[in-house]
Amino acid sequence: MFASILFFIFSFLILASALLVITSKNPVNSVIFLIFSFFNAAGIFLIAGAEFLALIMLIVYVGAVAVLFLFVVMMLDLNFEELNKKTNFVKTGIITTGILITEMIVLFVYYPEEQSFIINKNNELNSLTNTEMIGSKIYTEHFYHFQIAGLILLVAMIGAIVLTLRHRDNVRRQDISSQVSRDQEKNVELKDITFEESE
Amino acid sequence: MIFEIGIYHYTILSAFLFFTGVFGIFLNRTNLIIILMSLELILLSVSINFISFSVFLGDITGQIFSLFILTVAAGEAAIGLAILVVYFRNSGNINVNEINKMRG
Repeated sequence: MFASILFFIFSFLILASALLVITSKNPVNSVIFLIFSFFNAAGIFLIAGAEFLALIMLIVYVGAVAVLFLFVVMMLDLNFEELNKKTNFVKTGIITTGILITEMIVLFVYYPEEQSFIINKNNELNSLTNTEMIGSKIYTEHFYHFQIAGLILLVAMIGAIVLTLRHRDNVRRQDISSQVSRDQEKNVELKDITFEESE
Repeated sequence: MIFEIGIYHYTILSAFLFFTGVFGIFLNRTNLIIILMSLELILLSVSINFISFSVFLGDITGQIFSLFILTVAAGEAAIGLAILVVYFRNSGNINVNEINKMRG
């Protein structure tokens, strides 16, 4: 009962803050409401019993993605009044979203009576905690997926650095390889000095 | 009984979050940052769907795939914002309707 009331509160807050994300005038407010939405989604995950993913969601989104968004919003010198001009795409959006909602309502109304999916309640992993279950699956069955996820993060990191790195011409930079590769033959010149014979 | 939280409640929540994200893409055609945030909302709704089905079917694989969705969402946000910063540096605005440099 208590979990049900919490579920309704959390889901209402998620939907309300998601609406505020897309209708807010100022992108900073949008980012704040996005963070709030992810907090409530973490609450929903806790109610569902996926506590590992709830906390990972908090760490990844609030700790990394939201800070990234805030950083970019504050770094770009944006003209908010010009950005808030609504375009003629609102009608297209309403039509598209209406089609999606209609499809979903049709699916819910004509839902087949017999459930065709198998409920696997007698799993041998059910005695473990959530984190132990994820760990015991992710390092055995889904090991290659796990590796590929790490590779995706590496590619994303390298891509972001390569995209935003720029070299200005008038800035003196340290060139480490040329410093390290100095040797005596190139940099020190030995000259034979001949003394004039004095009288 | 409406207070019994079942798979329907999670699915309806996820569906409405998805609709909000899709509508946000069309509503904010001038602001690329909010379009990226709408994409994050869509990915969150997919994640809620995966996790609820994973819990109600007693299969942990959905939660593992939700973890991978989280990975892809983080990478997508990083690269999208990097492209946004580079575009702003070159052109001075992020209006989506005026992004036509490539004449695609």
